Amino acid sequence: MLSKVDGVSEQPMIVAHGLVKRFGDFTAVDGIDVEVSRGEAFGFLGPNGAGKSSTMRMIGCVSPVTDGTLRVLGHDPAVDGARIRARLGVVPQEDTLDFELSVMENLIVYGRYFGMSHKQATERGRELLEFVQLEERATSQVEPLSGGMKRRLTIARSLINDPDMLLLDEPTTGLDPQARHVVWDRLFRLKQRGVTLVLTTHYMDEAEQLCDRLVVMDRGRIAAEGSPVALIRDWSTREVVELRFAADDTETSGEKIEALVEQPERPLRALVSRVEVLPDRVLLYSDDGDATVGELHRAGVEPQSVLVRRSSLEDVFLRLTGRSLVE
Amino acid sequence: MSTPTVQPSPMRLTPPLLQRLVGTGGARHLVERNARVYRREWLVLVSGFLEPVFYLFSIGVGVSKLVGDVALPGGEVVTYTAFVAPAMLAASAMNGAVIDATFGLFFKLKYNKLYDAVLATPVTPVDVAIGEITWALMRGSLYSISFIVVMLVIGLISSWWAVFALPVVVLTGFAFAAIGTACTTYMRSWQDFSYITLVQLPIFLFSATFYPLSVYPESLQWVVRCSPLYHSATLLRELTTGTVGPGSLVHVAVLVALGVVGMVVTGRRLEKLLLT
Repeated sequence: MLSKVDGVSEQPMIVAHGLVKRFGDFTAVDGIDVEVSRGEAFGFLGPNGAGKSSTMRMIGCVSPVTDGTLRVLGHDPAVDGARIRARLGVVPQEDTLDFELSVMENLIVYGRYFGMSHKQATERGRELLEFVQLEERATSQVEPLSGGMKRRLTIARSLINDPDMLLLDEPTTGLDPQARHVVWDRLFRLKQRGVTLVLTTHYMDEAEQLCDRLVVMDRGRIAAEGSPVALIRDWSTREVVELRFAADDTETSGEKIEALVEQPERPLRALVSRVEVLPDRVLLYSDDGDATVGELHRAGVEPQSVLVRRSSLEDVFLRLTGRSLVE
Repeated sequence: MSTPTVQPSPMRLTPPLLQRLVGTGGARHLVERNARVYRREWLVLVSGFLEPVFYLFSIGVGVSKLVGDVALPGGEVVTYTAFVAPAMLAASAMNGAVIDATFGLFFKLKYNKLYDAVLATPVTPVDVAIGEITWALMRGSLYSISFIVVMLVIGLISSWWAVFALPVVVLTGFAFAAIGTACTTYMRSWQDFSYITLVQLPIFLFSATFYPLSVYPESLQWVVRCSPLYHSATLLRELTTGTVGPGSLVHVAVLVALGVVGMVVTGRRLEKLLLT
């Protein structure tokens, strides 16, 4: 039912050049270039206020472009907004379900907004309730549903028109781990069926799980772009060594390690590409974690605990957008 | 990153001129949506019909006895009940339309966030404006049609012109629904709704509803002529008592104009509020 596997057009689903969104004096999106092709799962990753949602709203044709060019499904949102929206599925950041209608009615009425017949919308609604495992709640009101159920219903609703592209703004924010995994599972199935997914998130695991390619946004600009693996390769090391010291010892130990790494005659210099001293631990970015730990031991560094882990998107993210809280 | 030649896009998302005026046809789906909601709340519909009926009986049975007959501008004399009934009819269309156009719309706009979801579909702000106004005028008309039946049954209709009362109550509903929705788009909180009551009550009382326009001094008469309900009530009175003249067309024109302006303003405002 949801299959989108066809080679009809190679035309990109989204093309943006120098895309800008301003609200008065505030620049939410500051000249970004993005291209998303058919069947791709593309992510906008960034902290709150990075401009992700503003970008998504412009792509969804519900927010006028301030400057630059934007083509969605080959059309200009300023001219063909309604025509583009007819082929999009949208999962907004906050659920916008119709609380005056039942679960099933939410789907039927939404299908009607797309001009579907009552019969079509009902059949499709039934299929979708099954897809998101809500068939037993069909006649229930929306209000008593759990957060995860509401999210799934919103996803089902976004699929009512069998969209060419699905826009998901923070699809799992606020859900418990079980609910998140159910949502991921459904999105993964859609991806396998060839539906183009465009999502925003600030969860690294979500981006690593779902996205073929992503951009890291920071203060309205794109800070980096690539596949999760390529981003880790380009912006971090293969592994990260995390050292913990007694509480008041972290800073001095950190300074000591920084000094060690600076010494040209030590092998540490070649092993460690970056040292980061945090209030509670010291991070060493290295392609060989175990060798690094051995060298530290040899140099007389005695941490309370040592953890060698693979580098993650989170390391890339924090490297690019910084650790300080921006609101 | 190099920025290619910038081509400024227009700040609107709903283009062709015709669609800006008459929408894309999505309005009917909103009407359908509202009908589904009210299917469960039919009691709310009934209560709105009863108010003007109570007024009519209170005045018809009680006040009418004290007042006697009333002379219309053309010289015809009718009973006081027959004088007041068409005004109550106009008021029923007004009340029915205003409730959904104001409280109903505001709730959907600010609390249910209905239109955030609706505008992600091919439905446009103009469709939303047309849909909600249509729904409100349907509700107003429903009250009025029941009221016409009541008038007919108790013998308050004395002319075949009254057949045209039906389209006129629909037109009344349209004018008030459109003004109501337009005003609602400017509301910031529920407190602002006290202004609606503040305006609606004097309109109901002073629009030549309970006594003829000639009671007012000349200068005040012009103030009354600014009231949409005056035009609706007078027009309906002319129809139910068979005193139609060329002046009746002026009333029609005023109501049409108010409705069209209200609808256009509503569409623009919704676009400005929701497509940011």
